[in-house]
Amino acid sequence: MPLPDKSCAIEAVIAQIPDRASVMLGGFGVPGTPFCLIRELVRQGQKGLTIIKNDANEADMGVDWLLKNGQVAKLITSHIGLNSNAVAMMNAGEIEVEFAPQGILAERIRVAGAGVMGFVTDIGIGTPMTEGKQRVTVGGVEGVVEPALSADFALLHADRADPFGNLCFAAAARNFNPLMGMAADRTIAEAEMLVPLGGIAPEDAHLPGPFVDDVVPLRELTEA
Amino acid sequence: MSSNAKERMLRRAAADIKAGMIVNLGIGLPTRVLNYVPADLPVCLHSENGIAGVGPAPERAQADRNLIDAGGAYVSPIPGTSYFDSALSFAIVRSGRLDLTLLGAFEVAGNGDLANWMIPDKFSPGAGGAIELAQKARRVGVITTHTDKRGNPKILAACKLPLTARACVNRIYTDMAVCDVTPEGLRLTEIAEGVAVKEVVAATGATLIVPDRPLPTF
Repeated sequence: MPLPDKSCAIEAVIAQIPDRASVMLGGFGVPGTPFCLIRELVRQGQKGLTIIKNDANEADMGVDWLLKNGQVAKLITSHIGLNSNAVAMMNAGEIEVEFAPQGILAERIRVAGAGVMGFVTDIGIGTPMTEGKQRVTVGGVEGVVEPALSADFALLHADRADPFGNLCFAAAARNFNPLMGMAADRTIAEAEMLVPLGGIAPEDAHLPGPFVDDVVPLRELTEA
Repeated sequence: MSSNAKERMLRRAAADIKAGMIVNLGIGLPTRVLNYVPADLPVCLHSENGIAGVGPAPERAQADRNLIDAGGAYVSPIPGTSYFDSALSFAIVRSGRLDLTLLGAFEVAGNGDLANWMIPDKFSPGAGGAIELAQKARRVGVITTHTDKRGNPKILAACKLPLTARACVNRIYTDMAVCDVTPEGLRLTEIAEGVAVKEVVAATGATLIVPDRPLPTF
């Protein structure tokens, strides 16, 4: 019984994304950002998107293509300081930006992928980050409820994939990729290298295939 | 601040990085502390984007496009380096595995309150990992000029800006002094060579406990 083949053409997988979808994008800065999938999303032009990504890349890179093309209604992120265009669009009210502490953003995504509704933490108590959040006391310590964060789609960038969607990430390109790949209804991975089934050793699958829906082998890389 | 005073400040902070520690260095001045840490000191540097055992900046030709630190600078692996996802990276932070973090500051208060991520209506790019680092590292050091560009104190009785974390700072390294947050209040612990105690007191916006014995210099 062989494992299913999920390899797919980039145009068809991105065409699954409708207007107003929520879309997670892997990556921390450049490493792990799915530039080719983003570029195809820009070409197809879906509007009103909610984008979830650790950062906003830099001006004229990755997320910024979507911002400049007017496709983003809301950005959920931890830090956009390296993209002056994203900061300007936020200040002008052209996009809504929701900030979360970086590890809280990661954990909200992780628990969504683990089928958990949320978690309780004391991070951010006494700062604007926890204003308006539900307060609870656990073991005598006050915390806030951080709800799970899922999305309609996750777009990932892997170093290697096999046709079943077992993924390997390179060095610091792992970051949010495996977490987002677990937290979306449909997970799409671009891969620098498509290897045959068995080409990724069972103990080396950073994100196992059951979480991945579509695998897009890249013919060439793009960053800008 | 003269480059000499800055170097002294960084060198002094570097001296508190001890063998065996797991350390996270914030972006900017804190990262430059590394220039003053002996290359053979056994220390594990952690980076928020998923690295334990961050190695030195590579030659440009050797740079790996997939290997940057949280500040976006190319780094290299060393024997024993590990990579992991962002949730695990902050599990390391929140569970108290970091022995020390060194951070920058807009304002720091005598009780250890820290403000370093937001100036309302002027600068609000998001906190990144600063809140968790400040709140959960076992020891938090702040590296900052003693006063801002206009000469106003950055060490205050109470922060005016939105806080990064409450009562989190243990030690403040400046171009003029080293100050410790203690249960009794903010204590002047060391003084930069050539600086008078009264100058430090005048440049500090918080009440400073000054020992009545000569202070070590750095």
